Amino acid sequence: MGIYMDNAATTMQKPDCVIDAVVNAMRHMGNSGRGAHEASLDASRLIYETREMLSELFNLGDPRQVAFTLNSTEALNTAILGLFDPGDHIISTVMEHNSVLRPLYRLEEKGCQVSFVPCDEKGRLRTDLLESFLKENTKALVCTHASNLTGNANDLMYLGRFCKDHGLLFVVDASQTAGVLPIDMQAMNIDVVCFTGHKGLYGPQGTGGICVRPGITVRPLKSGGSGIHTYLKEHPHEMPTALEAGTLNGHGVAGLHAALGFLKETGTDTIHKKEIGLMRRFLDGIKDIPGLKLYGDFSTDQRAAVVALNLGTYDSSEVSDELSFEYGISTRPGAHCAPLMHQSMGTVDQGMVRFSFSWFNTEEEIDAAVKALKELAE
Amino acid sequence: MRQKEWKLIITFHTTSDAIAFEKACKETGRSGRMIPVPRELSAGCGLAWCTVPADRADMETFLKECSIECEDMAELLY
Repeated sequence: MGIYMDNAATTMQKPDCVIDAVVNAMRHMGNSGRGAHEASLDASRLIYETREMLSELFNLGDPRQVAFTLNSTEALNTAILGLFDPGDHIISTVMEHNSVLRPLYRLEEKGCQVSFVPCDEKGRLRTDLLESFLKENTKALVCTHASNLTGNANDLMYLGRFCKDHGLLFVVDASQTAGVLPIDMQAMNIDVVCFTGHKGLYGPQGTGGICVRPGITVRPLKSGGSGIHTYLKEHPHEMPTALEAGTLNGHGVAGLHAALGFLKETGTDTIHKKEIGLMRRFLDGIKDIPGLKLYGDFSTDQRAAVVALNLGTYDSSEVSDELSFEYGISTRPGAHCAPLMHQSMGTVDQGMVRFSFSWFNTEEEIDAAVKALKELAE
Repeated sequence: MRQKEWKLIITFHTTSDAIAFEKACKETGRSGRMIPVPRELSAGCGLAWCTVPADRADMETFLKECSIECEDMAELLY
């Protein structure tokens, strides 16, 4: 196996307990909420316990407010399309991934207004400008916790206070930070957290969710089988069923359950420290490469372990391909589904080569990546 | 088929509520088990908690303690 450094796309290497849990579930798990036999009840119990673990992780305060989705994209579509009405104004940022931007553009087509807060030259959000974006009809701030491109993290405590002061809903995209950086929905005044299971949580792909603060109503994206109230024409309104139509990915959630156990046992802080240590070693190794262009703010450890760079004027795709083909190192080139961020950084044509590290990377792998980049820059 | 007996049946708004209540009952040593919702209570599907009628007062109090709102509570031959 080569060296995997595309963990911002998905943490490919998973704890063994996650793989074992999925296999075990595929052998024994029934369909949650469909019948009252033991195989179904066991599925429901495990899924409920996973809601409890997620509610605790994000300090949501009620496990029944955690609805499972396929990924962050589905969660974000649910939140963004389910919270607003024509005439509403929403503030977002240029740091967003297309999973936020495209649902927002759909809202624009339906008569909503959207504004994007810019970043500075290091990709840091211009929070000093936030107030200038407020309008009478502003309803919410929809914002990523950390950029999938630069790894820069936003200060959720500050943004949550801003939302509270101005009576705005606060919707957070935690795709890059769930399991990585602390998220406290109550302390940070967050109304909705959207997360994926297959990145920093080390769970399987096809898992994710939406955490909704009690008292907030999100219109469902889908309707269908719910296991309850079969003869009603409408999908049930009670959470989490309201946002879960059809059979859940129980096998995936079983893996996510194991992953959350792994995170708790290992400690998210311990994992983050290791990832940031690897990132610092990498930065230290490459800093003197001639023509190196680094993007992002590395002055703090409160960020994702992501390093986006370019070598001179080389096309990022060429560099990433060389790294893959010649050295067996997996990175992500191009635009990373973050068009406004690339526009902001002036890298639309060149793209960026993104390295992203995980708990399973080693110092030896970092050193190999540094050596490869040095050779490519010669 | 087994002989039917009077039971106290509690139904819930969601599967999560039902499972949360089952967990709380087990953790506190309360008797009972999950059953499919009897058709006398709902023509749909779903889960119900089944226990003895003598538990009614305790169940009502315990549901409040757990912040779980039941949909229905009825005594049936089951």
